[in-house]
Amino acid sequence: MPWQSQGGGGGGPWGGGGGSNGGGPWGGGSGGGDDRGGGGNNPWGGGNRGGGRGGQQPPDFEEIIRKGQDRVKRMLPGGMGSGFLILLLIVGALLIWSVSGFYRVLPDQQGVELKFGEWDGQITPPGLNWNLPYPLGQTFTPAVERISSIEIGFQPAGNGVRDIAEESLMLTGDQNIIDIDFTVQWRIANAGEYLFNLRDPESTVKIAAESAMREVIGQTDIQPALTEARQDIEQRTRTLLQELLNEYEAGVLVTEVKLQNVQPPQAVIDAFNDVQRALQDRDRQRNEAEAYRNDILPRARGEAQRMLQESEAYRERVINEAEGEAERFLEVYESFKKAPEVTRQRIYIETMQEVLTSTDKILLGEGAGGQGAVQYLPLDQLRNRSNSGNSSASGN
Amino acid sequence: MKGKLPLILGVVIIILGFIGANALFVVDERQQAIVLQFGDPVNTITEPGLNVKVPMIQNVVFYDKRVLNFDPPVESLILADQKPLQVDSYVRYRILDPLQFYKTVTTETGLARNLGPIVSSSTRSVLGNVNLASVLSEERTGIMSDIRSRVNGETNRFGIQVVDVRLRRADLPEATSQAVYQRMQSEREREAAEFRAQGFEAAQRIRAAADREATVIRAEAKREADITRGVGDARKTTILADAYSLDQDFFRFFRTMEAYRGSVSETNSYLVLDPKQMEFFDFFGRSGTVPVAPNQ
Repeated sequence: MPWQSQGGGGGGPWGGGGGSNGGGPWGGGSGGGDDRGGGGNNPWGGGNRGGGRGGQQPPDFEEIIRKGQDRVKRMLPGGMGSGFLILLLIVGALLIWSVSGFYRVLPDQQGVELKFGEWDGQITPPGLNWNLPYPLGQTFTPAVERISSIEIGFQPAGNGVRDIAEESLMLTGDQNIIDIDFTVQWRIANAGEYLFNLRDPESTVKIAAESAMREVIGQTDIQPALTEARQDIEQRTRTLLQELLNEYEAGVLVTEVKLQNVQPPQAVIDAFNDVQRALQDRDRQRNEAEAYRNDILPRARGEAQRMLQESEAYRERVINEAEGEAERFLEVYESFKKAPEVTRQRIYIETMQEVLTSTDKILLGEGAGGQGAVQYLPLDQLRNRSNSGNSSASGN
Repeated sequence: MKGKLPLILGVVIIILGFIGANALFVVDERQQAIVLQFGDPVNTITEPGLNVKVPMIQNVVFYDKRVLNFDPPVESLILADQKPLQVDSYVRYRILDPLQFYKTVTTETGLARNLGPIVSSSTRSVLGNVNLASVLSEERTGIMSDIRSRVNGETNRFGIQVVDVRLRRADLPEATSQAVYQRMQSEREREAAEFRAQGFEAAQRIRAAADREATVIRAEAKREADITRGVGDARKTTILADAYSLDQDFFRFFRTMEAYRGSVSETNSYLVLDPKQMEFFDFFGRSGTVPVAPNQ
């Protein structure tokens, strides 16, 4: 045995020291175990037994404690009791730990406290609150008033947007393909459900929104989807999405589904635009034709009025002229009846005078060849001369 | 003696803390757990709260109690009408029986390995019996719930409940999309041509109607005008006839003189006359008495 080999030097490493000075703090030291030193094979027990024999136990024990305390005091600066200090440290740590249980709920938030992992269904109002600190308690403060927005089919990039084709291209009810970008706005309706029922509520809203939109578009034809059915689509998608999320008990309220950009796919957009142009062309042609109609009908009516008015004017003129002529004839005839022969000759002579005064004429007597000479007259030249010399003739 | 108590208290607290950390555990609202003793499940905890286990000997496996997402890869499949379709579905499930879950698949990754093929085959067999038109209709909801019940039937043994299987996307593959684009394009071209022709048609109709109406308006006006003129002429004839028939001889003479005056004017006449033939020239060249011509 290693212990025994040390022989009379005293028992064990601890006890041995005590034999000489008795200063061992753990009770090894005691007076006079020397007589049994060789036999002391238990280093702890040796001292006690020795002490017992010496009858010095009570003062010795206190002495030990005192010395031990002195040692601790030497090790820790400051004059306080060491146990108290440890306690203070522990209490301090506990205090700090419990202060870490304070948390703030902002006005747009709701506080949800878990105590030992359990939620009592209570919502803590905005303000300063306290809950069991971690790990006994946990606290969540979801912003229930804040409206979150999810973009589907596009991503805001710089000033414009970047289209995400695999999200935005979808099949319509008439098996066409349409390009739809939309946003979903939602907020937390029930903080407890939102926190504890779905692992990833946000991505669930997005996936469900995509699914709902595709279902709705799958039941809509492309033409209405591009034009008048937009509101209907938004409404139906919102309803369907809300139903889905309610089914998952997601605690989410969908406030709005808004179609951003609805258009035919890039590959066929020209053809679609051409249809719009064709519609414009159709309207334009119709408008032009109507302009033509609006132009010629009033003109025709105007012309008709003119014809009618002219004809009435003619009628009135002719009748009045006839009446005048008749009246004149009758007047002349009245005076003619008083002296028929003289009047007749007067009228004849006056008429001849008038006629012959104003016309160019050649008097061709029978002596000058009579009628036979007519054929030799240069009638054409005379006629021309008469036309050009008219002014001088009338001037005479 | 007075310094001894805090020392002991300190030691006790440290020991209690050590035991607490190893023996106590919290299961929160989002979790459920099973307690294993050397890998052997001894307890299942599904309600939130503080729980106890034997330190060192027992350990705890936590599972999520919330609805979880499983997103299988995109499937290319053929519908009943031979149209190819690319389907992206998603599965929502929750772990209903953590013990069963632990025994069969242990982890979510383990579940994904098993769930993927089940969702794939369920989707294929359901969609293999419907047409594209059905997928794009109200029947879609029914189709999806068919898939869900099939998946649910096969996944009970994993201790999970499938809340929902939905088609996230159902699109035509790229090659088919091109064909669709071409069809869409031709449809639009047809439509555009029709609209333009309709425009031509409308324009022609409107113009022709306008032309007709204008012609009719003029013709009617002409008729009215002619009638009016006729009335005037008739009236004139009557008036003059009434006047002239008082003395036909004088009328003839008087009216002839009028006509000479009107028709033989300085601008259009060049007369070649034989004075011997005219009563007017009876005195031309002589001064003797000429018998007055009797009435013409």
